Parts: sequence; structure tokens; C-alpha cells
Amino acid sequence: MARPAFETVPAPPMVQIRSVRKCFGSVEVLKGISLDVPVGGVVCVVGPSGSGKSTLLRCVNRLETIDSGRIWVDGDLIGYAERGDRLHHLRPAQLCAQRQDIGMVFQRFHLFPHRTALENVMEGPVVVKGVPRDVARKRAMELLDRVDLAGRAEHYPSQLSGGQQQRVAIARSLAMDPKLMLFDEPTSALDPELVQEVLAVMRDLAASGMTMMVVTHEMGFAREVGDNLIFIDGGVIVEQGNPREVLADPKHERFRAFLGQVL
Amino acid sequence: MTGAPEAATSPEAAQERHLPIDAIRAPRPGRWIAAAVALFALVWLLYTIIVNENLHWDVIVEYLADGRILGGLWVTIQLTVLSMAIGLALGILAAVMQLSGSPVLRGASALYTWFFRGTPLLVQLIFWFNIGLVFPSFGIGVPFDGPKLVEWQANELITPFTAALLGLAINEGAYMAEIVRAGIRSVDPGQREAAEALGMTHRQVLRRVVLPQAMRVIIPPTGNQFISMLKTTSMVSVIAGAELLTVSQRIYLGNFEVIAMLIVASIWYIVLTTIASVGQHFIEKRFERGHHALQTRVRRNLRPFGKGNV
Repeated sequence: MARPAFETVPAPPMVQIRSVRKCFGSVEVLKGISLDVPVGGVVCVVGPSGSGKSTLLRCVNRLETIDSGRIWVDGDLIGYAERGDRLHHLRPAQLCAQRQDIGMVFQRFHLFPHRTALENVMEGPVVVKGVPRDVARKRAMELLDRVDLAGRAEHYPSQLSGGQQQRVAIARSLAMDPKLMLFDEPTSALDPELVQEVLAVMRDLAASGMTMMVVTHEMGFAREVGDNLIFIDGGVIVEQGNPREVLADPKHERFRAFLGQVL
Repeated sequence: MTGAPEAATSPEAAQERHLPIDAIRAPRPGRWIAAAVALFALVWLLYTIIVNENLHWDVIVEYLADGRILGGLWVTIQLTVLSMAIGLALGILAAVMQLSGSPVLRGASALYTWFFRGTPLLVQLIFWFNIGLVFPSFGIGVPFDGPKLVEWQANELITPFTAALLGLAINEGAYMAEIVRAGIRSVDPGQREAAEALGMTHRQVLRRVVLPQAMRVIIPPTGNQFISMLKTTSMVSVIAGAELLTVSQRIYLGNFEVIAMLIVASIWYIVLTTIASVGQHFIEKRFERGHHALQTRVRRNLRPFGKGNV
């Protein structure tokens, strides 16, 4: 797979995924996925559980390695350097540098339980970027205010509801000033009444121009906020397109069946 | 409703009134008898100890603050603290090696814990004390019998104290490795992923995210190891380590007050372990940060079943 020629394209996509394959043991979970996410675009990835949608997301910031294919984020090949006609594994420090620009929000939040909400948000800038504590604190308070949790800054994660924890997790990712945000089923572990407060934060984020890849079961969110909807089943993209159009008129039988189950 | 009895606790009345529960305890005769027997046994035991003239309480009191005893006590404390500190450092190193991607590092770590947990500490102590028989001198220089820059004679380097420290610390490291490894493995893998997603290096993930959380699991058994180490140092008496038991033995070899001197040593061991237990309690509290909310919730839920520690 040749690298796409950027020179002729005015605005290169933020994410380019080409022919990505991934096996866990003998099970191939991704069977050749190709996908572009334009700068400022919101791509929603849906599909049945075990379809590989979360794995795809985790490959983008290299929490999982891929077995073949290429992934570029903002023009940088993820995980490898291309020298001559050979790929070289990146050194750990270079991988860390790539991950700094990619925020990730997890299904189960994964806030650091031994740190307060404020300390969680400060952790990335202070530890990874070496930002002075007082500067990081000021910025973290702004971000907590943005997710409407300024009043909970001194609370530990165990003292917050699931929705509040997920909003802190979003603020923690934003503190690194990422170019791209990955959301791995951000509302699937939440009580139904807490889903909307997290979706509201994500909606604001999309409106501010953030490039987002969202694995979700929230079809309403996909329809309203998404620029592109990807339906993955059995490790391949079965159907994709404008969410409003594909949700109103699904072409493939498998997508129709899936929508029948989740809607 | 006219036929219903006008009882104070009828459901209808209960809705209206405040009804305190001031019930009389159910009789527990078995418990009373058991407590009486235990109390009697305790009093009888204390009586036989106090009136027993063979115990020489005056000698015990006389030697409790003896200069030699206090010197031995100080050596015991030094040995315990130093060997636990070195043991913890070795344990963390071995645990991190065990979780590394390199099979060589994993193998080296496994070999270390296998050997030092698999041989008796007593044997190791005697071995370290006699290391001069195997390696008459130690030096820094070119490996494999090359020229040496500096060289020490083993007989000068290996005092009873250094032999004791080597034996206790290296043995302790093997046990701490298992404790630290269990602690690290107890941390949710998602924590590591979240930290990596922020762009942290392996070392930052370990130091900032994994180890602080692993500490909650590591500290209680480490406290037990520390308390155990306070007493294990007495094994050093076989190589005349000048710690509490050694000096007590030296004294009773002179004055033949065997039991009295052993009681003096035991009193000091109990004082040390009690202080260590109290310290352990406060350190555990320190590392419970962020788990208070959960704990008070659990405690509140369990309260009806008694006041036991949760």
C-alpha cells in the first residue's frame, strides 16, 4: 500500500486507515479495514459486540499492534518509521510522543483512583509534558468547568457518579491538547439517566471542531453529531455513509438486523 | 377496624409514631460460661507466673535497661530496618524484571526467588558468614580473573553484621518480589492503558499510576514481613550478630539467668512488634486515599452484622 500523495490534496485527513488486519491468536478480528477521518470530522463506529470496532480504535493509538496495513494520524505513520523500503519499530519514547496527540476515553473511565478529579486532569500535562503545576492546575480547572464539574475538583473518583467520572476522563484527555479524540463506548457502562450528560459534553466537543472517532451504541448521537457512520461486522466495514441517510435507509441485511436489535 | 386489638405496635399505629427499639437481649448462657472459664484460666496463669520464684523478676527488671541489652536492641532495629529497606528495593527490582518482556530478565528474577526461597535462611546466614571460604577476596576490576583496581579481604569485609545484613536482605528480597508482583498484578490493566494513552513512558506509568495503587495491596503483607523480620533477626545469634538475642545469651552464659534473660529479650521483641503494628496501621490509612468513600459505604452496609473491622 503506497502512501497517499498529500501534495495534491488541500487538507489531508486527520486519520487514514489502510487495509488494517489484526489477529488475536488464530481469530482474525479485523480483516482489512480502510477508513479516512477528515480534520474536524466525527466518525461513529457501530457494530455488534465482538465485531472488532473497539479493537480498531485501540489500534489507532497503538494500545494494540496491527498485523498488516498502515495507520496515519496527522500524517504520522503510527508505530513505525519508514526508512528506505523497510519499516522500523518506533522507540518507546517516540510511541509516547505519538500518543500524546491522541486522546482516549474508555468504556470504564479508568480514572486514577488515588488522585482527585483535579489531579487526574493535571496528571498528563505535569508528568508527560512537564507543565508547571500552577499552570496545569489553572488549565485543569478550566477544563473541569467546561465539563461542568468545577465544584467536584477535590473529589476522588469513588465519590463521583459514573457520568461525572466519564466527564472527568474526557477533561483528562483534553488536558493534553489532542488533535484527535477516541471514544471507546463512552456511555455503555453508565446508568441510562447519566448517558445524556456525557453525550452533551461530546456534542460540545464536536461542535468546537475536534476530530473524533466514536465507538457507540447511541444511534441518536450518531445521527445528530456524526459526519460519517461506519457499520463493522465480522471484522469488515459492511456499510458506511452519512448517518442520517444510512440509518433511514440501511442497504445491507446485516445492518438492518443490527439496527432492529439496538433501536 | 373495630375488631382489631389496640396494640401499640399494630401496623396502623406504627405508621404514625416514633417507635424506638429497646429490646431485652436474648440470654446467651454458653457464652457466659466460656468467658468465665477463659477469665479464670488467665488469672490462674498470671498468678503462677507472678508468684513463681524461679522467674527472678528482680533480675528481669535489673537487666531490662542494661547497656548491653540496649546495644543489642539497637542492632536488632538496625538489622530490621536496613534489611527490610534493601529487601524491598530488591523485591521491586525482581518484580519489575518478572513482568518485563525480556525472557532473560524474567529468568534471572525467577532464579533469584527460586533459590533464596528454596533454601533455609539459617543456612544462608551461615553461608554468608563463611563466604571467605569460597571467595577469599572481593575486588573491582576486569572480570574473569583480569587485573583488579581495588581488592578487599573477605575476612575484613564480612563481619557478623554485614553477613547478617546480606543474608536477611537478600532472603527478604525474594519474598518481597512475590508480594510486589502480586500488588502490581492487582492493579486494573485499564489503569496502565489510560496512563499509556496519555503518553506516559513505562517508567512514568509504573511510578505514577501502578505502584501507588499496588501499595495498597503490598503494604499489609510488607508490614507482616517487617514484624516477622524483627523476630527473624534473632537467627543471627548463630553467627554471633550482637543483636538482642545474642547479647542476652552472652549475659546468661555469665550469670546463668537463662529464663530471666530470655524474658528480657522477649519483652523487648514484644515492644518492637507492638510499635511496628501501630505504625503499619497508620501507613495503611495513608495509602487508602481515594478509597474512603467506598469504604465508608461498605462499613455502613455491614454495620448491622457487628463492629468487626471491614
